[in-house]
Amino acid sequence: MKREALLKQGAIWAFILVELVFFSVAGEYLSVSDKAFMDFDNMLLLLKQSAPIGIIALGMTIIMINGNIDLSVGATFALSAIVLLDSMTWPFMQALGGWSVPLAWLLALGTGVVLGAINGLIVWKTGVDAFIVTLGSMLGYRGLVFMYNGEQPTSHLNWDLVDFAEAQILGLHTATWFLLGVALFLWLLMTKTVHGRNAYAIGNNREAAVNAGIRVGPHFLINFMLIGFLASLSAVVFYSESGSVNPNDGMLYELWAITAVVLGGTKLTGGYGSIISTLGGVIAIQLLRKGLGHIGADTETVNLVIGLILIAVLFLDRQLNRKGKEELKT
Amino acid sequence: MAQLTRKDLTGFLARQGILVAFALFMIGFALANQRFLDVDNVFGVIRSSAILGIMALGVTFVVIGGNLDLSVGSMMSFSTIVVLDLHDKLGPTLAIPAMFALTMGLGAFIGFLVGYLKLNSLIVTLGMLSAIHGLTLTWSGGKNMDIADKEGTWFSVFGQGSVAGIPVPILMFAGLAVVLSLLLTKTPFGRKVYAVGGNGTAATFSGVPRARVVFQTYLISSFCVAMAGLMQASRSLGSQNTVGQGMELEVLAAVILGGASLLGGSGTIFKTVIGVLILGFIQNGLLLVGLEFYVQYVVTWVIIILAVWLDIAAKRGRLWSPIA
Repeated sequence: MKREALLKQGAIWAFILVELVFFSVAGEYLSVSDKAFMDFDNMLLLLKQSAPIGIIALGMTIIMINGNIDLSVGATFALSAIVLLDSMTWPFMQALGGWSVPLAWLLALGTGVVLGAINGLIVWKTGVDAFIVTLGSMLGYRGLVFMYNGEQPTSHLNWDLVDFAEAQILGLHTATWFLLGVALFLWLLMTKTVHGRNAYAIGNNREAAVNAGIRVGPHFLINFMLIGFLASLSAVVFYSESGSVNPNDGMLYELWAITAVVLGGTKLTGGYGSIISTLGGVIAIQLLRKGLGHIGADTETVNLVIGLILIAVLFLDRQLNRKGKEELKT
Repeated sequence: MAQLTRKDLTGFLARQGILVAFALFMIGFALANQRFLDVDNVFGVIRSSAILGIMALGVTFVVIGGNLDLSVGSMMSFSTIVVLDLHDKLGPTLAIPAMFALTMGLGAFIGFLVGYLKLNSLIVTLGMLSAIHGLTLTWSGGKNMDIADKEGTWFSVFGQGSVAGIPVPILMFAGLAVVLSLLLTKTPFGRKVYAVGGNGTAATFSGVPRARVVFQTYLISSFCVAMAGLMQASRSLGSQNTVGQGMELEVLAAVILGGASLLGGSGTIFKTVIGVLILGFIQNGLLLVGLEFYVQYVVTWVIIILAVWLDIAAKRGRLWSPIA
């Protein structure tokens, strides 16, 4: 059993290793540039670019461990970005001078928490499936994004923020630090706290969890607030640097995040999954994107390859599970 | 004559709530704007809902069978691009069957994965959403696709033509809805779809070939997508690669609004049509009242949640969920 768990946890990292070797070797022959793929700066950039989807995917992991799903993260991402950039132009905020930046951050993060709480409360109080609730709010929150500023982009560049986002501390970019920090926090939350243990228990068998005296609703609510917070944190980190948001930004982020989570081995049915493996899934996808570009493949093939890999992972995972079950029987 | 009790009334509201809501909406918008119920306007709404509607008809089969299909949006982009490209290379008479064959080939592949290999439909179709998008981009080289001679082709008939004053898209939508509704309610195959979605294990023990039925629902879904792609291509005679992007979730919203349970085993074609029309008329009504198009997203959100909530509240007999 222990060996099998190790195999599953290790699979995504083995896949990353295969990708690294493959793209390095293939790059020698096919690459258009003469820079090596395993270039150190290239890898640092890769981590930075993984951060926006990565932070959301880490949050999606705890939602899925809990047995739920959140399709509204892309819209939450966009709305938080608008609040961040627009709030810095409000007259009273500008009067605050240097304090306007942290306040804008707080407002944006608060937006995410509130949107997440709305989802969580609806799932809790109405008992409607999270898939439907967040499918609805995906549309609804996107509508709010458009209502805020019509079809116009919202722009505001603050150079303090740009400097902050482009800074490299100990070699790593700011966004990378946020990605790693979130991963560490969620890993501690899911493995070392009562909330984490209960979240696994609820996802694994809700009836049994209720019978054991676990209150399901509050855990749902906390997790939805967390993913709302993380979707807006992702927006805050990304838009501090770019300074301009289109009303369509963040579309399909939910699907990319779910793909990364599933690649990492988390079960859609809940009760099983790991934060660290999701981090692996995020890096694997970004590596694939960069690697295919490096060996001169068209960017469009990335979609094709990721889609097929996702299905292949699902197939392999099922074969592994079936084998495990048969061993149990005999 | 039996006395109409309060219980009957709430039962009726729970079962037919979506129809009642639809009627209230229509009356409200009709009072707010004179033009809302004009024949031209009504035809216009149904015509522009037809593409989404036809896709929703196919997805209804998949959902009743207990699965999901998130790939219909990118599959619709695929069939639109393919038929436009082949139109100039093979001519329309060959391009249309070729496009149907390719699209249904994709549907068969998904059906094989979900039906015979029993893989989770959400992830399979999520993967296919991405994969088919890649396929479309590879086919078109990432460029927009246009028919060279837009004036001299009869191909535009599916999207722009009309027969006896009724636009062809409406006729196709209505015709397909009737045929698929008969297929679902009057044939052994239809009953098997409900059986597989309602209780897969019981269906298997009763000798229903579960894998084959699921496979066939995806084949029907991809057939509907091909129809929608044909209509989309014919309407504009040119297209971007991303024409169907995001439609998978709107289609699902229409199907859910029609009352189909995501757990499978329930839903009808008629109610899906109502779901599609509600979305279409809300969009149109809000525009006529003078609101921007994106207000409909917020309204749709509220309606979806309310519709599903009231539906399950009626089933469990209490408004608030028993989740502690």
